[in-house]
Amino acid sequence: MMEYILKNGIVYDPANNIAGEKKDVMFKDGKIVENVSSDAKVLDVTDKIVMPAGIDPHAHVAGPKLVVGRIYRPEDSRKGVVAPNEVCRPESGFSIPSCPATGYRYSKMGYGTVTEAAMPPLEAKHTHEEIMAIPNIDITPLPLFGNNWFVMQYAKEGQIDELAAFISAWLKITKGYGIKIVNPCGTEAWGWGGNVHGIDDPAPYFDVTGREVIRALSQANEMLGLPHSIHVHPNDLGHPGNFPTTVNTLDCVKDIEKNSSVRNQTIHLTHAQFHSYAGTSWRDVESGAEQVADYINKNKHVTCDIGQITLDETTTMTADGPMEFDLHQLNGLKWANKDIELETGSGIVPFIYSGKAPVPSFQWGVGLELFLRIKDPWQVCLTTDHPNAGPFIRYPRIISWLMSAERRQEMMDNLEVRVWSYKRTGLGTLDREYDFNEIATITRAAAAKIYGYQDRGALTPGYNADIAVYDLNPNDIDPSKEPAAIEHAFGNAMYTIKDGQILVKDGEVVKVVPSHTLWTNVQGFEEQEKAVMEKVMPTFRRFYTVKFENYKVQDHFTPNPIITTVQASK
Amino acid sequence: MAYEPPVTDYDEIVENGTCAFCGCNCDDLDFLVKDGHVVGVRHACRLGASKVMEDMDQRLMVPMIRDENGELQEVDWDTALDKAAELIAGAVRPIFYGWSETSIETMKHGIRLGELVGAVLDNQTTICHGPSLQAVQNAGYPIATLGEVKNRADMIIYSGSNPMNSHPRHLARYSTFPRGWFRKRGRFDRTLVTMDPKYSDTAKMSDIWVGFEQNGDYGFYNAIRAAVKGKEIDQDYVSGIPKEDIMELAEAMKNVQFGALFFGLGLTHTLSKQRNIDMAIEMLVDLNEHAKWVLTPMRGHFNVNGFNIFMAYECGFPYGVDYCRGYQRYMNGETNTIDLLTRKECDVFMVIAADPGAHYPGGAVKHLAEIPVIQVDIHWGPSTEIADVVLPGSFIGVECAGTSYRMDGVPIYMKKAVDKPETCRDDEWIIRELHERVQKIKAEEAAAASK
Repeated sequence: MMEYILKNGIVYDPANNIAGEKKDVMFKDGKIVENVSSDAKVLDVTDKIVMPAGIDPHAHVAGPKLVVGRIYRPEDSRKGVVAPNEVCRPESGFSIPSCPATGYRYSKMGYGTVTEAAMPPLEAKHTHEEIMAIPNIDITPLPLFGNNWFVMQYAKEGQIDELAAFISAWLKITKGYGIKIVNPCGTEAWGWGGNVHGIDDPAPYFDVTGREVIRALSQANEMLGLPHSIHVHPNDLGHPGNFPTTVNTLDCVKDIEKNSSVRNQTIHLTHAQFHSYAGTSWRDVESGAEQVADYINKNKHVTCDIGQITLDETTTMTADGPMEFDLHQLNGLKWANKDIELETGSGIVPFIYSGKAPVPSFQWGVGLELFLRIKDPWQVCLTTDHPNAGPFIRYPRIISWLMSAERRQEMMDNLEVRVWSYKRTGLGTLDREYDFNEIATITRAAAAKIYGYQDRGALTPGYNADIAVYDLNPNDIDPSKEPAAIEHAFGNAMYTIKDGQILVKDGEVVKVVPSHTLWTNVQGFEEQEKAVMEKVMPTFRRFYTVKFENYKVQDHFTPNPIITTVQASK
Repeated sequence: MAYEPPVTDYDEIVENGTCAFCGCNCDDLDFLVKDGHVVGVRHACRLGASKVMEDMDQRLMVPMIRDENGELQEVDWDTALDKAAELIAGAVRPIFYGWSETSIETMKHGIRLGELVGAVLDNQTTICHGPSLQAVQNAGYPIATLGEVKNRADMIIYSGSNPMNSHPRHLARYSTFPRGWFRKRGRFDRTLVTMDPKYSDTAKMSDIWVGFEQNGDYGFYNAIRAAVKGKEIDQDYVSGIPKEDIMELAEAMKNVQFGALFFGLGLTHTLSKQRNIDMAIEMLVDLNEHAKWVLTPMRGHFNVNGFNIFMAYECGFPYGVDYCRGYQRYMNGETNTIDLLTRKECDVFMVIAADPGAHYPGGAVKHLAEIPVIQVDIHWGPSTEIADVVLPGSFIGVECAGTSYRMDGVPIYMKKAVDKPETCRDDEWIIRELHERVQKIKAEEAAAASK
């Protein structure tokens, strides 16, 4: 029996309304408990910040486009090379770290869970292979459904029952957690080298619009009562003037009723920063953050994450294939593509977000503006859409920006970011500063709520002992004045504890454990699934290039599953 | 070709097996099994079928060690594994080469062993599609899964590749013949083009054959690029092809709905090497401004792409990875197997599921003959002749299950159909055993040193 007391820490646990209270946190056999015996081992964390372990709601850490990125960018793998030690294997990579490095680096920041936000079902086995190679952090894969041929046909014909059965079956087949939608109908158009413009522009041949696909998937999601809502990357990513598309996308599911007690939202908007632009071109572009934030502030059925630009050289990758080809045409750097039959596409392009350039500076400003304008921290999460807007190892730096208006102003004043950062955005007018409780909300509690996690994201007795301790005394530091100290502390956890095991001590990984895969198993829909499979199979046999038997993700690809069982329609 | 009557005498059929021959990884094979042997295969091409069925031919059955007289002698597994572990543990500059005909599960143990002893891990890419991957690193990688081609493509190009001989079901199952969602009439809805100096079997059945000059690839693709971009071609002939034909072909390529270019070693290994592929990729990127185009290297072994993918997600680099300093380094021309062998750097060589003895240049093989070689394989071959320790493995996809990656990156879990010979072991087991034994030796050495 392993019992521990984290003694005298200053606890931020937003889910339990604990905001900076000095108290002990106890855990036993991997779970948080209320009491421990006198044999418990004491870890003295007097006046240090204690939070639940971090939860990243949207990143790209495992799967086919990651590996294409690694294969075609050895220049990125040559950065971040770290020699092995007694505990860790060697690491490589900056924006697309090798799998072992991904696990270690999240651990060092005090994180315990991350969502892999784009899993093509045909290559789900590959995603799970990589998840097996990533240690120390549990991973929640979201299969892509927004451009799936079966989904588009069900949406067009309004067959929501069949669609729900299809989703339910495919979550089992791919071992996925929820529904990811990327540029609905636009990625299908990319199969012909095209795109759609806005949510009412139909996909070629299928004659169905993004609006219809999003609504149908949202209805199916709520019919099944999945723990997460639909997870949406809207149309028009990165285009000046796209904020109305974003707002329309959020609004188009407003009337659909929530059917889950474990979350509040019915739509999660991802990397909102890339979807909040006004103007008509890059010449006259303006921030649309105010309008998007305004909609979110007025509507509780929406949550979002930001996709904050970090001003680094990185590797962009998304299932939004046409957008990546546009990006390649814009910056002329090498273009990779990876389209997946009947399901989705993707593209990969290196990108340099330089503070000396107008557009990245503008995007940096828009992201921060969204953070500062969205009032309820339970509706917003911290992400960089890793690696798209920057690598996840920059989260501590973003925290320092959010906590210090002075630092933001300094960056604008001394031209670390170009004038577009404040001339084209409202950032210069905002002096809000996040406090530690809000930081704890946007980096762990809100994400846990959004995903309906019932075992993590809070220090509630019975929950997993996933805990982060940071070497900061909140009574002693003014984050507004000391952004460097904030960044250092959040990047080098004093302790990262996962399932009761100490994985990081004083910023160093001291233990490596296998990750878990989180997926959703819907029950009570077996008859409908069987019926829909019979309908699907003739098409599957004719148009896929693998046999169905070899399409499924066999159980050994998820050796450590955490299965969320859902009773359909409950 | 004599008529062979179909096999009717079998005990059971194992369906949906995967072919362990080329990078097509056809996963619709029916294995006909009798008395624990595959006696017939349905759906496979002749290459795949012969590999699966005749696997007992020259089969390595028992572990062997070369004695002082230079003869391979049968030994028990413990002796052979201990000998191999001792060689690996004592090596200064070991290379672990091959992997393209074994499973990802085996590679997982291989990389841990490589990290432990500071080995170089490399695969057949280093002598086949290495230039393609170099070009991918230079210019990009616009790829798609084979089903995209099957369902959408109205133009298929094979360049420097003769799939009718090398990947016989490629046209039939994935590219040219199958009826796709948007290509309901299959072959009739597609234009097939072969670009190859040789009038190959694939060229014979193509709608268009472009027989440019030997080593003329770079110039030819450059001219196509110019034409696609609307530039004037000032020579009457480029690489032996009339300029009018080039203009016409470029126009046709611009006006398809979905085009797919497949290329083989005929493109990667002519005079300009990776620069040919650079140019082909750039041409394809240019074409994407007019129509949708994708490209795919025609990978040879069924898991040669798998090793590249596996290494990239484990360590960031696709092949030729050097762990001699403890962390991964990758530098073409420095850390690839043939460079290390011809520089006589390597002191112990482990070959798994490959046959360098048959394929390497003379200088490299000469050095192999001078150093200890450990072979993990299922068949006797030229590499066995220079091996000092022979560890008989098993046949992935027939005798044991395992994960592999198709040429387009689609993962397939290859199932098991029959039991392996009793005296052989799974590749995965062999490499895990070696890892454990080397770990033990290293621990003992460390303990002795600390005394």
